[in-house]
Amino acid sequence: MPPEPLVAVENLTKHFPIMRGVLRRKVGSVRAVDGLDFAIHPRETLGLVGESGCGKSTVGRIILRLYPPTAGRVTFRGEDITALQGEALRRLRPHMQMIFQDPQDSLNPRMTVGSIVGEPLREHGEAAGAALRERVEALLEAVGLDPAFANRYPHEFSGGQRQRIGVARALALKPEFIVCDEPIAALDVSIQAQVVNLLKELQERFGLTYLFISHDLRMVRHVADRVAVMYLGKIVELAESDALYEEPLHPYTRALLSAVPTHDPEREARRKRIILEGDVPSPAAPPPGCRFSTRCPVAEPECSQRAPEWRTLRRGHQVACHLAE
Amino acid sequence: MTAAEEDRQVEPVAGPASRQPVLSVRDLRTRFRTPDGAVHAVNGIGFDLHEGELLGVVGESGSGKSVTMLSLLKLLPMPPAEIVSGQALLDGEDLLALDPARLRHVRGAKVGFIFQDPMASLNPVLSVGYQLTEPLRTHLGLSRRAARRRAAALLEGVGIPAADSRLGDFPHQFSGGMRQRVMIAMALACDPKVLIADEPTTALDATIQAQILDLLQRLRRERGMAIVWITHDLGVVAGLADRVMVMYGGQAVERADVRSLYARPQHPYTRSLLRALPKIEGGSRGERLASIPGQPPTLVRAPDACPFAPRCAHAFARCHAENPALAAVTESHEVACWYDAEAGVPRAA
Repeated sequence: MPPEPLVAVENLTKHFPIMRGVLRRKVGSVRAVDGLDFAIHPRETLGLVGESGCGKSTVGRIILRLYPPTAGRVTFRGEDITALQGEALRRLRPHMQMIFQDPQDSLNPRMTVGSIVGEPLREHGEAAGAALRERVEALLEAVGLDPAFANRYPHEFSGGQRQRIGVARALALKPEFIVCDEPIAALDVSIQAQVVNLLKELQERFGLTYLFISHDLRMVRHVADRVAVMYLGKIVELAESDALYEEPLHPYTRALLSAVPTHDPEREARRKRIILEGDVPSPAAPPPGCRFSTRCPVAEPECSQRAPEWRTLRRGHQVACHLAE
Repeated sequence: MTAAEEDRQVEPVAGPASRQPVLSVRDLRTRFRTPDGAVHAVNGIGFDLHEGELLGVVGESGSGKSVTMLSLLKLLPMPPAEIVSGQALLDGEDLLALDPARLRHVRGAKVGFIFQDPMASLNPVLSVGYQLTEPLRTHLGLSRRAARRRAAALLEGVGIPAADSRLGDFPHQFSGGMRQRVMIAMALACDPKVLIADEPTTALDATIQAQILDLLQRLRRERGMAIVWITHDLGVVAGLADRVMVMYGGQAVERADVRSLYARPQHPYTRSLLRALPKIEGGSRGERLASIPGQPPTLVRAPDACPFAPRCAHAFARCHAENPALAAVTESHEVACWYDAEAGVPRAA
């Protein structure tokens, strides 16, 4: 593994304040992300999975400097970017981009596809006039769209094609790192495959590094080199993709994996699902000790008293659980 | 009706036991009138549903799977929707021929409906208790107190803790998974014979999804309820359904026993859908997923050819000229295709 990570976070923390009353006094905080440490290596895809509300999208947004973290550090190519401001931050932006979940909501309906894809180029003074048109056409071609579509509007496209437009826009400034936030969740199965194939092709062609945020564990196994599992603001397990799926160490990962449907009726008939009791607790008042202890099928008294350490159990396989061996 | 349309009306495969089906649908056709012409959303759908059976209906958005089920209960805005033909027998009554008052009774008392988005189908300004007791009082004639007791029992039955004290709560006070349970409780309120579940778990997280699947399987065992499960994901129904109907372009393109469907998928569309799913076991990293080129059909044309032909790798002249009807491949497996994908040759005419 290369020694120098492209992106690294240390003790990454984000607490959103809860304001109440006329004076908007702070009465508590939602601990969306609570002390994460991980690194993403060049040309790697790190999958980040978890249920809604676990903080996975917030992680992506902090790394891109869309939210300021409450505590902790983000480094990009070895440089601390946590406190970058003004022009320095603006110069960083082209290197890191984002692909959103819903191409319907993330494309301006009043702009043509050409101006949507070309906007980052204009904004950063990369190209204008005929050169801009050429760049846009090349980008549309790279994502498998007819360059002649540049004059059309987003509503004229299907969901899969709109997601391609979002990908073209993200690629415009030749980024090294892209946060893909549930990029296929809004698409039909046959179209999901098209978009995932495209993302993989582009990764090879342009040497991209992805943080792939998703709740679809099947697709994450397909795209990710390593996978991090989040629960209630914490990473509970991080490992190489094969190791995580074949030998999950954390009880939450096991429950998640057991809930993934397979398309084999024989296997399904034999399979035992681990059904977790109850709902995810509120991140505004996470349980003491291990945050999963309230729903964990194997929890022991210790688990609700002391938070588990982040341990490396095997090479490259880390887990936060008192009981994992 | 043309001769070709008559051909499409094949008798469905018999269910697990060949007794009288609870619900029997024949040759359902639904159209939408639009300024750009008629959209042929459902084109000759038929199926049988037996007691305690779970039928998976699989298709992409626009395949007509939801419109089929909404048509049965006339839950579509008419116009623009128009049911052109068809019959849907429930307990010997044709749902499509009922007068509005009788239909309202059937909707409340005999058929339950669970929608994908619980927030969109619960009334935000009425308490959950009110929404649950209303059908009980209207359809079963229960008193206010009896209805309240029953409502609390229903909520408990779907796994809502302290159900009695939550009857006064409003939908926004429940979490997503809990709201879906409230929806299920409402659908089950009058002990329906048939439950239609339209992507009931798509909006839920994996662990909550597992809880809901578990709950519905239990209710089906305990009450012998027949379930139609609509989904776009072939993975979800593999472990759930007894039989599966795959829809494309408003038609059933394949219909089979669940094991047979996954072991020997016949239709090129079903086969590509299965290949488009990444595998969780063993992993498929580094491989390209099979994707289906092109886009689903717009259905503005009358279905005079196979709707999948423009995207099909095996299509030949006949596919563009004639619409194939479902035909039996084995006793429990039917496919509507001119091409024999297993043998790799066109089917004998």
